[in-house]
Order: sequence, then structure tokens, then C-alpha cells
Amino acid sequence: MSQIGSFALLLALGLSVYCFSAGFLSLFGKDAASARLGETARRAGIATFAAVLLAGIVLVVAAFNDDFSIAYIFHHSNRDLPAAYKFAVLWSGQEGSLLFWSLLLAGYGFVLRLRYKTDQRLFAYASVIIASVQIFFLLILNFAAHPFAIEQGSIPADGTGLNPLLQYPEMVIHPPMLYLGYVGFTVPFAFALGALIMKYPGEKWIQITRRWTMVTWCFLTVGVFLGAHWAYAVLGWGGYWGWDPVENASLMPWLTGTAFLHSVMMQEKRGMLKVWNMALIFATFLLSMLGTFLTRSGVISSVHAFAQSSIGTWFLVFIGLTLAVCSFFLVANRDHLKSEHKLESLASRESSFLFNNLLLLTVCFTILWGTFFPILSEFVQGHKVTVGPPFFNRVAVPVALLLLLLTAVGPLLAWRKTSIESIKRNFLFPAIGALAVGGMMILFGVRPWEDPSYFYATMAAILSALVIFTVISEFLRGGRVIAGKSNQNLFSAMIQLCRRNTRRYGGYIVHFGVALVVIGILGTPFNKEVEKEMAFGDKINIGPYTLVCQSYTQDDNPNYGNEWAIINVFRGGKLITTMYPERRFYKASGQPQTLPRIYPSFREDFFLVSDVYLVYEGKNETTGRPIIKAHINPLVPWIWIGLIIMVFGTIVALVPNTVPVRVQATSPVRAPAQVGAGD
Amino acid sequence: MKFSKSKFGEWHNSEGRNSAGPNSEGHAEGSNSEGHAALVLKGRVLKGRGFSRAVRSAQSIAALAAEGRPRRLLHALILTAAVFLFMGAGDSDARFKDLGHRMMCTCGCGQVLLECNHVGCKSSDKMRDQLLASIDKGNNDDLILQGFVQEYGPTVIAAPTATGFNRVAWIMPFVALGLGITFVIYVVRSWKNRPEPALADGIMIPQGRELDDLRRRARRETDL
Repeated sequence: MSQIGSFALLLALGLSVYCFSAGFLSLFGKDAASARLGETARRAGIATFAAVLLAGIVLVVAAFNDDFSIAYIFHHSNRDLPAAYKFAVLWSGQEGSLLFWSLLLAGYGFVLRLRYKTDQRLFAYASVIIASVQIFFLLILNFAAHPFAIEQGSIPADGTGLNPLLQYPEMVIHPPMLYLGYVGFTVPFAFALGALIMKYPGEKWIQITRRWTMVTWCFLTVGVFLGAHWAYAVLGWGGYWGWDPVENASLMPWLTGTAFLHSVMMQEKRGMLKVWNMALIFATFLLSMLGTFLTRSGVISSVHAFAQSSIGTWFLVFIGLTLAVCSFFLVANRDHLKSEHKLESLASRESSFLFNNLLLLTVCFTILWGTFFPILSEFVQGHKVTVGPPFFNRVAVPVALLLLLLTAVGPLLAWRKTSIESIKRNFLFPAIGALAVGGMMILFGVRPWEDPSYFYATMAAILSALVIFTVISEFLRGGRVIAGKSNQNLFSAMIQLCRRNTRRYGGYIVHFGVALVVIGILGTPFNKEVEKEMAFGDKINIGPYTLVCQSYTQDDNPNYGNEWAIINVFRGGKLITTMYPERRFYKASGQPQTLPRIYPSFREDFFLVSDVYLVYEGKNETTGRPIIKAHINPLVPWIWIGLIIMVFGTIVALVPNTVPVRVQATSPVRAPAQVGAGD
Repeated sequence: MKFSKSKFGEWHNSEGRNSAGPNSEGHAEGSNSEGHAALVLKGRVLKGRGFSRAVRSAQSIAALAAEGRPRRLLHALILTAAVFLFMGAGDSDARFKDLGHRMMCTCGCGQVLLECNHVGCKSSDKMRDQLLASIDKGNNDDLILQGFVQEYGPTVIAAPTATGFNRVAWIMPFVALGLGITFVIYVVRSWKNRPEPALADGIMIPQGRELDDLRRRARRETDL
């Protein structure tokens, strides 16, 4: 089995080297021979996908067959591992996840090479660039982190099992989503670099890659949020974002990718920011590579320590080379990237995009700076320092609030120039609504002047409300005009409005989702927690809830043994649910793992929903009683709802526009005027 | 080891909660909301609130004594004593939370000390106990943090201190933001001052008010 996998990887390397070399040579000629050579390169690229896919299938089959002669399978699986996690073995360890990276890249390359007729020359450049990235990953897979390496000595009877932290349903989805995002940015990167190298005229490369970029951004968004949800649902500390270096690594390309999605509109519509957009997509790709480097190298300590190894040098060299190539062409071909128009006013959509980009990149820089400052400190001071949550919260949160303000303001500004009357007219209703929300918070007892965290929470609430009311007012305004002219009801008119300009209104829906995510985050200062050893019938009063320990017990299955508590949750004397916080002990790996239980109180208080979050902390060995930690986390469920809305908005933005609305004629239709030549 | 956590819980959730006996109750709401308020202000807020409550109680005692109402005077005395008693407890609670969130667990989990929930984590249990002991001794925050740095090294502090080279960590993001704003303003100004491209055949591009009027008209006529 391992020989087939090894052979497939070697074949894939050979094919991608051919794809790169032949494709590269074919770019220099314009005769029929060069075209034929280019065609063979394209086919080699397609065959690379088949070879990498074969390697991936072999690894999964080996996991299902419990083939512990393969060291990777021995270290990341065991006989009693459930089938879904055996499938997830492909991305559960370093070698497998690098193979998965390579497989996704080959998959993206496969689709790209099939659609080459859109623009053969540009696609040929992009194909060569993708092949070069593919070669890098296949070199690592073949020579540094081989997934089919044979376990030394006799074949073990059973594997050491999958890391307990990874044995959670979301871990079957989270890494693929994140990787689809990371890898996906290779495609717009390849097109951008290709367009720059060949001095591609116009903005067609942006139109070609727009859907790639949005789909990739959506995958990365889902990946980042699933990671946060996994941390929330598995790590058991009651939070979802710990500013861990690897979490930061996933956020950085998301931030630059988001900046790119916005600023690229300026290039499409106004022919501006061409250098900037190139730099942004290059940065996004490099940050994706950096993210993989951080996860894999172990250069910075992280909760993702399960993936550390010594392949960091490979990544550093590759990142350095890519940076050099991109910088060279950016400087050499800068004349090709001259802006076609000028900015006319500060109160315009263009300037809002500029400031939006500035703030997104400031947050990105802060995170990058904070993540790498420990290394810099060691270099300068001779010792490392920790840059943890207090740093990021204090520095990044104020900038993020400014960004939220721009999210509300930007969409209401017109391209080129916005008049003062227009700003007043568009902002009146959202601003009043947002201030009313702030007033209500104070009325309900939040004192922003007493504590910085309350101040930030209040500001975040006001700005989120501003975003939401802005989006609603935009839909209502457009909907009313269509309803008035086409005799539809307002709701149908708003759907029609959305279908007429899916990109714009899909974007508004994404903004709406972002505002909900912020609302979910702003509940953090109001969290409550209690820890208590609980005997039968013991109670914890926390917030409006009374938690009563009904019982505690234990169980066993082939994969793990577990103990759990049965906790009845009462509110106002009424039983609302029963929860089962659990602690598992995985037999193969010999590692314990807590599994928190979460109850979102949508039925009790919809808008001000809270999570009741229970953790089985452990057992008092003397009394045999469980120690339960209870958290009340207000508003957190809105984060996940916000994500769903963001994904929905992205899907809407991906749908092509429909034909403009047909307006019913209310006056006699006149015969069209004759249009002659020269009119 | 878990027992020590349980003991910590008894101390942490004051008002006598977390006793191990059957039907005992934990009450978190008051102390948690107040505790959080003091989280950022390093205990000063709670101290201030508690102190003002005590002062108000003392004032009311004097007023009641002057009016000659002994029973209410007794109630007020009990209330005052309780306020002073819990003022101290709340302050320690807040300081524990504050300091516990300014330090990292040293078990390698990469979590803030009070958020490390590793089952059987010996580092965080020991560190929490040390922190409690230091607060009980009456050491100030700086002294406590210094003690932890001496024992566990500088990485135990969760964020760079505002001293020496570490200041750079705090300054750089704002320098970057300032430079970015300057750059954007420069770009905007240079774009605004850029001359319009000349058109062939002497066609004049509308400017200023004329352009604004045209725009208004275009928006009015195409507004949907």
C-alpha cells in the first residue's frame, strides 16, 4: 500500500516539474510548437491532480485498513477510531495535512486548466505559477515529510490514536475549510502575478478571479469561525478566541483578503489602486503560507503544538523566494499599473475603501507584530516575552471599532463624490437607531464610563446597530422605489433589488452578518462563571439559572472511557433542559479530554440569548464528586448566526445579476425616435 | 490536586458558596459582576464602591443615633460591618481575577492563567495557590508580578510590560496606523491635484458645480 502512495507522490512531482518547465518554455514562443508544448504542460498539470488524488486515497484507505506499517497511520489512528475520524486522519497530522494542501492545490489547478479557453495566455501563466507552488509542496512531501514512511521495527498491533482534541465532529470540517481558503488564494495570486509578468491589459484578470476570490474568502471565513467554535466547544475554557499564534495566522490572510475584496472594486470600476491590489493579493498568499509555516514549524508556542516539526526552513525559503519574485515584478512592471483616474472627494466610496484598507491592514500588522514580537524580543533582549490576549485586546479592538464605523458609513457614500445632503438623508435613521441602542444599554444598567470593557461593549453595540440600520435602510430605500414603480409588495421588491445587483446587496448582507458577529463578541465583559464540587442535589445559582446536580456516572466504549455529570437547568423554578458535561479518557493515546456542554437560551430570551456552558473539570479523588465549572456567556450564539448570514451574503454576491426590473408604463408609450448614423 | 481547585473555588466564590455538603448553594451573580468591574481597574473600582457604601452606612448610623432609634441603629451597624467585611473580600477577588488574567499558565498550553482548564494541570493549580497566598500577604500588584517573573521567567506575564524595549511592542501598531493615515492623506492629495487627462477635439470635461449638477440630475433620473 505504502509503495503505491510513494509512487503516486513521485509521479506527481515529476508531472508538476514537467508542467512547470514545459509551460514556462512555451510562454516564450508564439509558434505552433510552443502551443503544443503548452498543451502538454496543461495535460501534465491535470495528470498531477490524478496522481496526488491517488496518494490521498491511498492514505485514507490505509487508515481504514488500520495499516500501522505506515508510521503516519500508526501515530494518528487506531483500530477503534470512528470512521469519520479515520477519514479525517488525512489532515490530522503534518504529513497528511501537507498532502491535503497539495491535493487541494492540484484540484484548484485541475479546474483552472480545464477552463483554460477563457483566456489561454493568461491561464498558461497562472498554470505555471500554480505548478511552481505545487512543486514546493511535493518536494516537502517526497523528501521532508513523507506520509508513507514505514514504521521502524515490527508492525504494531494498534495505533497510538488521534489526538483527543481532534476527535470532535467540527474537526472533520474545520481544517478542510481553512485549507480550501489558504490554498484557494493561490489562484488569484497566480492570476495576479501572471497578469503582472505579461503586462496583461485591462482588468479582465480581476473579473476572471472574482468568483475564485470570493469563494476562497468564504471558505477561509468558515474555516476561521469553525476553528473558533471548535475552541469554544472543545477546549472548555469558555472562550472562542485566545489570540493563539495559529489562530492569528488564519486571521491575517483573512484580513488582507477582505481588504483585497474591497479595494479590487476600485480597480474594476475606476482603474485605481492597481499596485495596491497586486500587493494585497501577494500579501494574502504569503500570509497563507506563513499560516501554514506557523502551524507546522513550532517556531512560536501554540495550542496547535500537535503539528510541530522541522520543515519550517522549507517554508521560510519558499516565502523568501516568492517575496523576491513578487517584489521584482512589482517594481519592474510598475508602469503597467498606473492609475487611470483621480480621487475627487474625501467623502466618496473610493476614500472609504482606502481607509477600510488602512484599518484592515493595521489590524493585520498588529497581529503579525504581536505574533512575532517574542522572536524579536529574544533577538534584541536575549529573552522571549509573551504577547497574549491583553495586548491584542487593547491594541486591535479600538482599530476594529473604527473599522466597524467604516462598515456602516462606506456603503452609503457614492462613487466619486457624495453631497452633504445625501449623507444627512442617508444617515439620519441609522444614527438615531444606533444612539437609541446605546441609550437602552445605559438604561439597562451598563455603565460605559466605569470600565473600559463596558465602554468598548457599548461602542461596539452602537456601531453594530449603525451597520444593521444602515443595511436595513439601504434595502428599504431601494425596495420602496422598485415597489412604487412595479406594484410589488415591499418584500418582493427588496428581493428583486437584491437580484438586480447581487454583488452590492450580497455585500450588505455580509456586513449585516459581521455586525451580528460583533454583537456576539460584545457580550464578553458580562460573562459569569462559578466552579463548584457538586454532590447529588447540589445547586449552583448563576445569573437567572439554577443548576442542580441530578447524578454523576461513568461509561465505557472501545475508543474511550468517560465520566459525566447530569445537570438539570432551571430558570424561574421551571426545568428548561438537562445537560451532560463530560470528561473522556482515550485509551489509545492515554490522554484525557473534557467535553463541555452548551445550551443557548433562544427559547427563553431570543435577542439577549446566552449560552449556559458547563465543563466537567474533573473529580475530587477524596470525595469522588465531580467539579463543575458553569459559565453564562451572553450573546455568543449571535457569532455563529452572524457567520451563517455572512456565508449567505457571499452566496448571494456570487449569483449573477438578473435582468433589470421591468417598470410598468403609466403613460402612453411613444414610438422610439429614429436613430441614424452619427447620433 | 483537584481538591485544591475545589478549595480555590470555596475561597473564590465568597459568601460561603462551594461548601461540599449536600444541598449547598453557589451564588455567583453579585460577586462576579462586581469582580469583573474591577478586572480592568485593578481592584480600585471595587475598593471605591465598597468604601463609599461604608461611608454612607456610617453616615446613616450617625443620623439614626441622633434620632434615637436603637433597633434601626443595630441594623445599620450590622450592615456597615458587612460592607467593610465584603469590601475586603471583593477587593481580593477582583485582584485575583485581574492578576490571574495578566499572567500565563506555564504548562505550555498558551492560555491565560485563569483560563487554563487542562485536567490535572499542575502548573496552573500551583500558580493560582501562589497568587492567592501573595494577595493574602498584602503584597502589591507589582511585587506579586515581580515574584512570578523571578520564579517563572518573563514569559509568565501575558503582555509586554511598558518598560525598555518592550515599549516598542505597544508603540509600533500606532506608529503603523499613523504612517498609514499620513500615506493615505498623501495619496488622496496627490490624486486630487493630478491634472485631468486631456481629451482630443477640445472636448471640455465638466468640473466643480457643473459636474455636481450633472451628477444630481443623473442620480435623480436613474434612482432606483
